[in-house]
Amino acid sequence: MAAQPSTIIEAKDVDFYYPGGEDADSPALSGINLTVNQGEYVALVGPNGSGKTTFLKLLNALLIPTHGQVLVKGISTAVESTLPEVRRVCGMIFQNPDNQLVATTVEEDIAFGLENLALPPEEIRNRVFKTAALLGLEKLLSQPPHLLSGGEKQRVAIAGVLVMEPECILMDEPTAMLDPAGRRDVLNTVRELNRNRNIAVIHVTHFPEEAAGTDRVVILNEGKLAADGASAEVMTDLQFLHGLGLQGTTAVELAALLRQDSFPLPPQILYNRELVDSLCSLGQNS
Amino acid sequence: MTRSITLGQYIPGQSFIHRLNPRLKILILVLILVLLFLLETFGALLASLAAALAMFALAGIPFSYLMRGLRPIFYIALFALIIYFFFTSGGVVLLRIGFITVESEGVEQGLFIVARLVVLVLFSLLVTLTTTPLSLTHGMGYFLKPLRYAGLPTEEVAMIMAVALRFIPTLMEESQRLMRAQLARGADFETGSIFRKAGNMVPLIVPLFVSAFRRADELALAMEARGYRIGARRTRMHEDIITLKDWGALALVLVLVALVWAFSL
Repeated sequence: MAAQPSTIIEAKDVDFYYPGGEDADSPALSGINLTVNQGEYVALVGPNGSGKTTFLKLLNALLIPTHGQVLVKGISTAVESTLPEVRRVCGMIFQNPDNQLVATTVEEDIAFGLENLALPPEEIRNRVFKTAALLGLEKLLSQPPHLLSGGEKQRVAIAGVLVMEPECILMDEPTAMLDPAGRRDVLNTVRELNRNRNIAVIHVTHFPEEAAGTDRVVILNEGKLAADGASAEVMTDLQFLHGLGLQGTTAVELAALLRQDSFPLPPQILYNRELVDSLCSLGQNS
Repeated sequence: MTRSITLGQYIPGQSFIHRLNPRLKILILVLILVLLFLLETFGALLASLAAALAMFALAGIPFSYLMRGLRPIFYIALFALIIYFFFTSGGVVLLRIGFITVESEGVEQGLFIVARLVVLVLFSLLVTLTTTPLSLTHGMGYFLKPLRYAGLPTEEVAMIMAVALRFIPTLMEESQRLMRAQLARGADFETGSIFRKAGNMVPLIVPLFVSAFRRADELALAMEARGYRIGARRTRMHEDIITLKDWGALALVLVLVALVWAFSL
């Protein structure tokens, strides 16, 4: 094992003002310091308008910090000449699956990023087929995007990012517009990539269950970093979450109510399974 | 319902004509059109009609598509026939109604023109039926390339066309959804005069436009995030390879043109 996991993303004292925004005095983000290492799975949580999407766009050089800097593998996102490399290392998945597929067939859409790198066609084809096989999209390769389900579209978008051999995948509420089956599909896919290929993931989500399933939770509020810690700690601090207008997982919320009714439950219950097990053991003991 | 949306009029297939390189296919079509205008005899015209029909058969295109493709030119053909029949003089008088005469020269010329028009449309139809709109776009884009030196962003225009093709079905779906939403709110798209109907379409068109702009905005962002840069060099996954077969087809048509010209067939 490597002694020190290498840093993929580093945000240093980042402030961001939307140019020509309504209130030019109030920053969209201010004083953000954050480091994400190789292979980490980070959930980015916060109320609407807290700057989550803005932050994600800063990491992909779609936006450039007003003050401070963002380094992707040590490369500043503000440098024009290294943009292709930054965007190769940090791929981005958007919320609406319809509006991020560019080409008229699945295979050409997966190839889009590689075509932008001006790679030889032979290599593009090899990498597209390999990636499609990895995500189980072989049968869909010649389909037009509008015939795919939401979950399939999102998996194609992931393939389009994965084919670039990224080290970090940025996801902006990728499951918000999907049905439960599609959501499970997408989450499993990303989970596997994170575990097996050591790709870091930064996942913006409104679902407490999704946030609880990650290694680390970062909470943004009004453009500032409000919390940053292990998901088991951050997502069980119900008072804090409620204070920001956020919710805990079903198990956390239920456990809190049960504790109010003087059930002696352990403090770190995150999942339904844990809650049920604790309740069962309470029942057996009494 | 939306599953049945076909782009353009492409009919999938694996025939020789389907697999012909789109660039050369366009070039060959142009040559054939030139050839048709060089033809001078009925025999040659009939031969080309037979050739067109044979190619339709080779491409496996049902006869009904052929008839449907010819329907738009029916009135033009009829009009041309009438003009030639009644207003061209020469040859033997075939029919006399009062002071109007139909003479053999006119009949001959009229039939020739219409036959030429039909063959011309058939060949064009063959190209659009056997080539995907995307390939057609890329093929045309290739011939527009010289305009790049005149400062026209031809690669970008090709990309715009490709993206437009990608979003046609998506926007069709959306317009159907909007239509249902407005119908549920009591909108009426069916009754009234044509002006009234047009007016009633406004609540459909405005949101469709708004949404199209929003989509365009997001798509631009997604394209940028995936490394697309205007003016940067790109490659394509599917190379545009011209094979020996393609050259062979082109050579054949060139020979035909030369023969027709040389012997004024």
